[in-house]
Amino acid sequence: MHTIKIRKGLNIPLKGEPEKTIENIKLPLTFAVKPPDFNGFNHKLLVKVGDKVLAGTPILHSKTNEKIVITSPVSGEVVEVVRGEKRVLLEVRIKSDEVIKYERFKENNQVPTDKDTIIDLLLRSGLWAFIRQRPYDIIPEPTAVPRDIYISTFDSSPLAPDYGFILKGKENFIQVAVDALSKLTIGKINFGLNAKAADNSLFERIKNVEHHYFSGPHPAGNVGVQIHHTKTISKGETVWYINIQDLVAIGKLMVEGIFDASRVIAITGPEASKPAYCQAIIGANISSFVHAKDSKLPLRYISGNVLTGDRIEHDGFLGYYHHQVTVIPEGDYYEFFGWAMPGLKKFSNTRQFFSKLIPSPSYKLDTNYHGSERAYVMTGQYEKVFPFDIYPVYLIKAILANDIDKMEELGIYEVSAEDFALCDFVCTSKIEVQEIVHNGLEMLRKEMS
Amino acid sequence: MMMSLRDYLNRVKPKFEKGGKFEKLRSTFDAFETFLYVPNKVTSKGAHIRDAVDLKRTMSVVIIAMMPALLFGMWNVGYQYYISIGQHASLLENFWFGFQKVVPIIAVSYISGLGVEFIFAQYRHHEVNEGFLVTGMLIPLLMPVTIPLWIVAVSTAFSVLFVKEAFGGTGMNIFNPALMTRAFIFFAYPAKITGDLVWNWAYTDSSKVVDSITGATPLANAASDNLAKIPSLYDLFFGFIPGSIGETSKFAILIGAVLLIITGVASLRIMLSTIAGGVVMTLIFNAIGANSYMTIDPLTQILMGGFLFGAVFMATDPVTGSQTPNGKLVYGFLIGLFAIMIRVFNPAYPEGMMLAILLMNMFAPLIDHVVVRSNVRRRQKRSLKSSVITK
Repeated sequence: MHTIKIRKGLNIPLKGEPEKTIENIKLPLTFAVKPPDFNGFNHKLLVKVGDKVLAGTPILHSKTNEKIVITSPVSGEVVEVVRGEKRVLLEVRIKSDEVIKYERFKENNQVPTDKDTIIDLLLRSGLWAFIRQRPYDIIPEPTAVPRDIYISTFDSSPLAPDYGFILKGKENFIQVAVDALSKLTIGKINFGLNAKAADNSLFERIKNVEHHYFSGPHPAGNVGVQIHHTKTISKGETVWYINIQDLVAIGKLMVEGIFDASRVIAITGPEASKPAYCQAIIGANISSFVHAKDSKLPLRYISGNVLTGDRIEHDGFLGYYHHQVTVIPEGDYYEFFGWAMPGLKKFSNTRQFFSKLIPSPSYKLDTNYHGSERAYVMTGQYEKVFPFDIYPVYLIKAILANDIDKMEELGIYEVSAEDFALCDFVCTSKIEVQEIVHNGLEMLRKEMS
Repeated sequence: MMMSLRDYLNRVKPKFEKGGKFEKLRSTFDAFETFLYVPNKVTSKGAHIRDAVDLKRTMSVVIIAMMPALLFGMWNVGYQYYISIGQHASLLENFWFGFQKVVPIIAVSYISGLGVEFIFAQYRHHEVNEGFLVTGMLIPLLMPVTIPLWIVAVSTAFSVLFVKEAFGGTGMNIFNPALMTRAFIFFAYPAKITGDLVWNWAYTDSSKVVDSITGATPLANAASDNLAKIPSLYDLFFGFIPGSIGETSKFAILIGAVLLIITGVASLRIMLSTIAGGVVMTLIFNAIGANSYMTIDPLTQILMGGFLFGAVFMATDPVTGSQTPNGKLVYGFLIGLFAIMIRVFNPAYPEGMMLAILLMNMFAPLIDHVVVRSNVRRRQKRSLKSSVITK
């Protein structure tokens, strides 16, 4: 077994690891389709308040290609359309039935094997949106053919779910999905496996894929890192990626012809009352299954992990691409001479605090910046947590200067904002690196189209 | 007490905000407030949690690392003074004498530099940056003890204004402001910072001096072929010699270096490659051996003058040095090389280190450019190869 060793990175020891039990949520609940979840997706709303929908009924379609639709995760009634500033569509809220009824996307029991039928099925059911493309992190055009498809079987970000645990017994669906997806690329389906995992047998049994083993700290589980260390994306190439758990839904669609939006998510974080797994559904209102230790405290609820997730309210909705909810304390307090304190309970990737001498196994981290934004002063900080053959600060400066040629030269196609999440974290100057990279990629995408 | 201070700040804060009575002093208020309290600002985009470190923390580590050199420097000022006037003094007396002479220099450096910084921050509506906290402490350490305070004030203001703020402030400057302060004095008031008389307070009244050897620095002795007068390695290492306030004790500097390396604040790569450059140049000179200065062994060369101080505290400045890992190696090596070369070839500039670092400050972006280009070429090759395959 050849292992690719990722040496740079950082595992942030956050409190609130999920316990390995799975609970069920009770219906009915409110659900939401959130257009901002879909990067670069220029949408048109297809339903209005009062409409009855089934699981799989289109809610949005793309303005550039009407075939790409986002469908409802549950059956029920559209109860509210939430808009933000400039009437930007934020949420389409759906109140679910007690028993979910599904749209049927195929009549026979045969698993499709030809490319066109597979694409048609994925598009009609809305599951096409599970597929995303690098560069740009967008839903790909159905006519595009990717160089390869990458699927990471592990998530290395803080308190991330253990896919080996939650996917037990679902390998049949994964195999069906892999077989279907393999028709869509000229290259291979690549699985990134955690070389240090206790049990990889579930993923190793899947056929028709190339297995790559990775060891090392976060972001070793990021698909971007895995692509970079196996076959880097060059200009003009596209690679697709899909979350490993979403293969189950794709497999079910191929076999049963329905969109089953249920997924197991991890409820995590230092302020979650009982960190554990939960059998949830995409877009579910989290208030009925995510509980805080002390809800009177100012808390931050995050759909996703602490590095890349979206801030939501305590009664907000699970994101389309999120398999985790994290609850951490807000950090809106002043700290008297905080910068001068020994810092026994502070976590830092630098060696400037005494916590480095007597480390805790885990820390209760909050949302305080621990400082103010400054110009770049320190060097070499990003490089310690950024396992790419790229000079991160030079790339960031090229983006800030809107210099497209430089961005390309410095490797912007090989990265995505999430690959810079740890740079956000470690930055002494508190620079918003993910935002800069995201804006750079968006600018490039618009410029190139 | 702590809470009432916070309450007080909360109460007066609106007066300094936009539309408030003291709106013009906003940056100043902000500087003091964030000095007393780490702000309550929470993340709104990007990662939800952030590292505990900030620039104030990092800068205070550097200042702590300079403390051994500063404290020893104070003692040495007194020690040099008392032996020149032929008096025996206790450790405390030596220190107290030096303390009285050095503290005013520190005070003037901070007042002058921070004054300019605060005015600029206010003018640009920026927060006051922590960079000068380190610069302001480095400047006194680079000075001879007899330096007139008005020169410190003028040169510090010059440096902050034209070397830093003119380029956009902390993080944007090309040259190290502390070294530029010294360079400014070196060229504008050479008599105040070179020669045999400026390093010892006793020479401000030379009638008192009884021991005439004690004035010249080892570098001056080396340059005038007085190799016999170069102090022992022991004295050079522990620093019982005349020189700028902070540079004499290599032992004290190395304590600081250890702290900087353990905390990871300064680049070990730059420190080591600088020393390597110095050693290599000295060995080359040893092999040529054209004059007596060339025959000085590498250890003595490294221990003389400000070489180590420069390698530990000045070359490692992350803003003005090379920023890529490989670039740092080249950058440091060339500093060491040039420092010894300037020393040996040009006796008019006994301290080659200052000029070598300033020279390499200028070339650091070029070194990085070459390093980054090699990464770009690698990518272009790969891209070419993959497009050939897909065709």
